[in-house]
Amino acid sequence: MSYPIRRLLVFPLVMFGVSVFVFVAIRLVPGDAITAMLGTESGLLTPVQREALTVYFGLDQSWAVQFWRWLTGVMQGDLGISTTFGKPVLSVILQHFPLTLELAVLSMLVALAIGLPAGIYAATRQDSFADLAIRVVAMIGQSTPGFVVGLLLIFVLSVGFGILPQMGTFVPFSEDPLRNLGQMILPALTLGTAFAAAVIRISRSAMLDILREDYVRTARSKGMPRGRVVWRHALPNALIPVVTLSGVEFGYLLGGAVLIEQIFALPGLGRVVLDAILQRDYALVQGSVLFIAFNFMVVNLLVDLAYAALDPRIRFESK
Amino acid sequence: MQKITFMNPLVSVGFALMLGTSMLAAPAAADTIKMAWSQDATGLDPHKQTAFSSIRFLELMYEPLVRLDTEAEIVPAVASAWSFNDAATELTITINPNAKFHNGAAVTAADVKASYERILNEETSAASRANFTSITSIETPDDGTVIFKLSEPNVPILTAMASINSAILPASAIKAGTVGTEVVGSGPFVFGSWNPNSSSSLKANPDWAGGNVAIDGLEINVLPDETAILAALRTKQIDFALINDPFVATLIPDVKGVQLIKKPVLSYHVLQLNPSRGALQKLGVRQAISCAVDRQDILDTALLGEGSVTGPLTMDAYKSDVSELFCYERDVEKAKSLLAKAGYPDGFSAKIMAASGEPPTAAAEAQVLQSQLAEVGIKLEIEIKELNVYIDAWLAADFDMAVALNGGRPDPFTMYNRYWTKAGNLQKVSNYIDDTLDSLMIQGREETDPAKRKVIFAKFDKHLAEMSPWVWLYTGFTYAAVQDSVQGFEATPTGSLFGLSAVTVSK
Repeated sequence: MSYPIRRLLVFPLVMFGVSVFVFVAIRLVPGDAITAMLGTESGLLTPVQREALTVYFGLDQSWAVQFWRWLTGVMQGDLGISTTFGKPVLSVILQHFPLTLELAVLSMLVALAIGLPAGIYAATRQDSFADLAIRVVAMIGQSTPGFVVGLLLIFVLSVGFGILPQMGTFVPFSEDPLRNLGQMILPALTLGTAFAAAVIRISRSAMLDILREDYVRTARSKGMPRGRVVWRHALPNALIPVVTLSGVEFGYLLGGAVLIEQIFALPGLGRVVLDAILQRDYALVQGSVLFIAFNFMVVNLLVDLAYAALDPRIRFESK
Repeated sequence: MQKITFMNPLVSVGFALMLGTSMLAAPAAADTIKMAWSQDATGLDPHKQTAFSSIRFLELMYEPLVRLDTEAEIVPAVASAWSFNDAATELTITINPNAKFHNGAAVTAADVKASYERILNEETSAASRANFTSITSIETPDDGTVIFKLSEPNVPILTAMASINSAILPASAIKAGTVGTEVVGSGPFVFGSWNPNSSSSLKANPDWAGGNVAIDGLEINVLPDETAILAALRTKQIDFALINDPFVATLIPDVKGVQLIKKPVLSYHVLQLNPSRGALQKLGVRQAISCAVDRQDILDTALLGEGSVTGPLTMDAYKSDVSELFCYERDVEKAKSLLAKAGYPDGFSAKIMAASGEPPTAAAEAQVLQSQLAEVGIKLEIEIKELNVYIDAWLAADFDMAVALNGGRPDPFTMYNRYWTKAGNLQKVSNYIDDTLDSLMIQGREETDPAKRKVIFAKFDKHLAEMSPWVWLYTGFTYAAVQDSVQGFEATPTGSLFGLSAVTVSK
């Protein structure tokens, strides 16, 4: 049986594990949907009122019954109804996911566009001033929290230049590409530059290792130009750790970048999950986390498959 | 000279940034007000929503029978007139004949009756039901008149009717079960759209019985971070914003072309003691805490001085001069003496809980209290809890002390009957009642003469501060940041945004 097929067969097991974990975890958190909706006023409810709300939120059944109902729904493609949005969970997720996906893609593009060339350049000029400067910048980039960069960008643009991308009402790319990119550029830069620092460090380190390999030395001694050695022979091998790192980061970003979405008022999946947790919108939390877990597994599978494409020596043979 | 090319990554990024932002920094449209707030509504059923953010949104579209004006006085809304009988056991309401729902139907006595029956129906789980349990029957002699029969004299019931939790809904919507999914009110704005935690839009209601709305509508954006709201005001991206964080509010006056409108609110910051726990059971200990607390210092530190020290009653018509209340001038020696007499000469240890970010000042308040009470030997351990966890502990009275921001009401009875009457349904939380408090509250409920009510509640205010089940700290402000082009907004002590119905926009 091929490797991808075997990995795909594991998906349902992992998903089941995730769903059990999330189902239990969200219910173990004190406070329920009634408290979240009414706050301290929930203390004024009569027993009959509380009972009515308990039935409304589906909390009148045992955990086992609640889970079974939810699971059977999921098997039929029904993730339940979000009490916050008053809509099916799947439609809420699909409404917010495109933004998250776009942000993840743009951030990765920014990170790789900055990180890869800088990392390779630094490696090929090891211990030079440029190498030192790039390493220092990367260190600062990795040490600075994304939300600080985001807030600084907002502050500098609004105070210094009196400009700011439209925040709040999100315009999809398909509706107005220019406005959409205007809204996404700052968050993508914020996330992308932070990740670029990590890409710089890992690509520099990987490239340095490769450049010390015998085959590189042999190629150089035979007179092959330095640039050709780097780009043709060293880079593909140096990319493997970058792909691994990028895959993990991309999978993480597909779960939403909560802080950045908060700062830039982007209604992405991260904010949906955060608000759902705060509102104790159980169906939405469970559905969203399941969706995020699925994405993460798909990305990981694609990363594994990318190894083979980058290095033909790697094959996923069944034992 | 160095050649600048777009191959330089920094130049490329800078160019893209300028391109992206400059294209999108257009000023807001003139007649539709673009506004922002950091917290969105959590639902659309006015009878069930209690969060400030929901109430502010819903009261733009729904109307109760009466409402509170900028001075917290009761003024007409759906009702054009009202009167009590001499015994205050019967309230007659006259409905404004011009009042219409957004679907064009006239608001009738049948709608009022259906709305209150919905509130009183326990299965609705209406938030304001507890205020109306004295209603024994609702009569509708004609389409324009409603008579509420009450089981006991209850003047404050009219104040309770001013809440959006008592909104008048179409009887047809109640029957169809569409309340909460469709918004059909009679207020100044008509529902357009709502994307939770993202954005919403409202249109002006041309048929509003309350007057002409001078703007075309409202576009509301949720910007969770208030520094982003500040930035959006600076770049004229929004015309109007609601600000919660006093620190952000203090920065607004520095923004050119933006004015800060603020108004003292009825809600109050309080240190809730739990008189059923340990040392706090003793009056002397609670009074010692009251004496050891420097309220102005907490206000200056946690709220940047943006407010005023308050006693239990926060409404202008009833509040006392705080200098006449027990130990409102800090007296550490008196506090130590009271502790010693109560049997705690070396103080004691206790826990103080605060909700994370609700209000934004909670953690700072707990820290200052910890420092002040340490001076008399009371060692506090601070517990910061997520809001829902905090509420659960609060409702179960599972705390020694709690920092809280509690909602205020324009009438002392509706504000405090839940805590400081023997039948109060939050007695479990306050954990303190005595005959004097209970008796004064009942007298205040039944008295119809405003002057006599004021005397009754002044006694209540003084007695409550002296018994110190809680230590009242201060009231803050409600803040609105408004571009100069938007005129006529008036804030209210309840933090209502109803004033948006009266604004004009100059081009």
